[in-house]
Amino acid sequence: MTHQFPTLSEGQKRELHETALRIVSPGKGILAADESVGSMAKRLAQVGVENTEENRRQFRQILFSADDRINSCIGGVIFFHETLYQHSDNGVPFVKMIRDRGILVGVKVDKGVVPLAGTCGETTTQGLDGLAERCAQYKKDGAVFAKWRCVLKISDSNPSKLAITENANVLARCSSICQQNGIVPVIEPEILPDGDHDLKRCQYVTEKVLAAVYKAMSDHHVYLEGSLLKPNMVTPGHSCPTKYSAEEVAMASVTAMRRTVPPAVPGICFLSGGQSEEEASVHLNAINNCPLAKPWVLTFSFGRALQVSALRAWRGHKENEKTATEQFVKRAEVNSLACQGKYSGGDNYGEAGHRTFGSCHAY
Amino acid sequence: MTHQYPALTTEQKKELQEIAQRIVAPGKGILAADESTGSMAKRLNPIGVENTEENRRRYRQLLFTADQRIDSCIGGVIFFHETLYQKSDDGVCFAKLIKDRDIVVGIKVDKGVVPLAGTNGETTTQGLDGLSERCAQYKKDGADFAKWRCVLKISETTPSQLAILENANVLARYASICQQNGIVPIVEPEILPDGDHDLKRCQYVTEKVLAAVYKALSDHHVYLEGTLLKPNMVTPGHSCPTKFSSEEIAMATVTALRRTVPPAVTGVTFLSGGQSEEEASVNLNSINTCPLTKPWALTFSYGRALQASALNAWKGDLNKEKAGTEEFIKRAQANGLAALGKYKSSGSAGAAAQSLYVANHAY
Repeated sequence: MTHQFPTLSEGQKRELHETALRIVSPGKGILAADESVGSMAKRLAQVGVENTEENRRQFRQILFSADDRINSCIGGVIFFHETLYQHSDNGVPFVKMIRDRGILVGVKVDKGVVPLAGTCGETTTQGLDGLAERCAQYKKDGAVFAKWRCVLKISDSNPSKLAITENANVLARCSSICQQNGIVPVIEPEILPDGDHDLKRCQYVTEKVLAAVYKAMSDHHVYLEGSLLKPNMVTPGHSCPTKYSAEEVAMASVTAMRRTVPPAVPGICFLSGGQSEEEASVHLNAINNCPLAKPWVLTFSFGRALQVSALRAWRGHKENEKTATEQFVKRAEVNSLACQGKYSGGDNYGEAGHRTFGSCHAY
Repeated sequence: MTHQYPALTTEQKKELQEIAQRIVAPGKGILAADESTGSMAKRLNPIGVENTEENRRRYRQLLFTADQRIDSCIGGVIFFHETLYQKSDDGVCFAKLIKDRDIVVGIKVDKGVVPLAGTNGETTTQGLDGLSERCAQYKKDGADFAKWRCVLKISETTPSQLAILENANVLARYASICQQNGIVPIVEPEILPDGDHDLKRCQYVTEKVLAAVYKALSDHHVYLEGTLLKPNMVTPGHSCPTKFSSEEIAMATVTALRRTVPPAVTGVTFLSGGQSEEEASVNLNSINTCPLTKPWALTFSYGRALQASALNAWKGDLNKEKAGTEEFIKRAQANGLAALGKYKSSGSAGAAAQSLYVANHAY
């Protein structure tokens, strides 16, 4: 605890830090296109498309062939392993398509959740075996950042102390290994929105989870300036009877971050969870307008909230591809505004982008 | 870990946060006048003054009767128990004297360091017994904040894991009890400058210590917005052969804080340790002009670095009281400017530049 044994050279730190900063440059966020084969099954089933490798390739192509308008909105794209080695119809590797437009390539590196015996349905995430070698290979193949997702649930008995410490530990191990291989870790301690708990409960749990995460990061000697956080926004549970305004969600989210995330972390890229595209954008906008001091970039790392409309427009039909791409571009531009606090809201929110917080405070 | 049992009401939180904000209002810092009887001996003996209760009273009066020029530089004064109940020559309670000029009254509540058996000369701090009742009484008697000092040392084998955890835990217990009684806790995990270690080593140890402190504060459900941190600046050890500029000290200090102190903490009030008055001001100024994002107030909580010249000018002489007070005002103003990043060092001659290092300092 008393002597420092160097983990990274100055050059390595600089590279990691600069990569992290580029991903979250002003107005930019992350497109999370890393749905596993199993997750893609759920997405494609909803629009009546068969879950084949070709269909997955075609859908990602719809996203990646968006025009230059997304260059100022998307700082990074997270790939699933399979997608990292796929090509466009013209034979151009997806990785090259993305990199050539100045967007950084990331890869999902975890291998899914596994149960924690003796808990009430809780999990940890596996994927550490051979992770160093995999990271080194991904770096050669064009990736500069990685994402690792852990899952926690709120219930009467959850999350337990074990689930919190075990998931925090595995996120820190992942981060440490990634950084050794020049890969910026995006750590995702997702607290699911399932349940009927209220906003306060989610805020409390989020604060406890993130405190544990950053203690683990410190214990594992992770270089915070070369990492990013992908947390849930603080929201009520899906079946919570109480409704909350975007300002309340924003205030609770920012307060939780202020109480736990050290300023050295360059950026916080919120996941969208089960939120609709519009909800996610409006919340992100309110977060950026929250009047408390926010020393990190606050942006997006959205999967569904960037892709749902595109999927629905496509429905697997070649003739719908351009329309589908347009839907994606629209959401990318909206979220680019939202992460700067400049989004004036869609149909349900007719006012100007600047939200008034009034006496809203989350003590 | 999953349900919140409210520690404080919204009103209690609001009060604590407002007190903390008042103490570290822009341009203001803390006068640490809480030297124990034993420590006062070390101050008074070198200037040939006998360590009597009356002399201690006369000396503190010299500080507390400074004119309105200090009202814009001093946000709070930390008292020792004895002093809280002493009066001026006019029969006015010192606590009232200070409170009436809108300076917040604070009180040292720890009861000194005790050894940790099985360690290499390490300590923890006692004082938790009956602390709640003592805080309630101090609050009635005019105090709104408290201070508790823990001590850690850098050597080949220290600080040990036990010393870090034990001191972090005791600071968190103290903070929790204070807040229950409407008292803002100032948390002081001092890492002594004794030793020949370099700047990097101090930075590393400071980061580990502070990470543990904030994890403990989270575990103990402490309301961070209603606390202040009193850390050491990151400096090389006193016998370190390498010299470092104040910019290097500032960068190391701000970096360590950015990696560990959540933005929710209202202010960081540095201790001066063994630094000379001028050094302490110049370093504080560099800290405030450091180009990294700093979401907390960064100011002073100085004892020796505000009083050394005053003591030297006074030397116990009734006719030199005004001169002593004047020296104090000068340093208060200098540090008020330093806390805003506006201090211009006038030169290093005189008592202000003399190092105030005392080996193995324990109050």
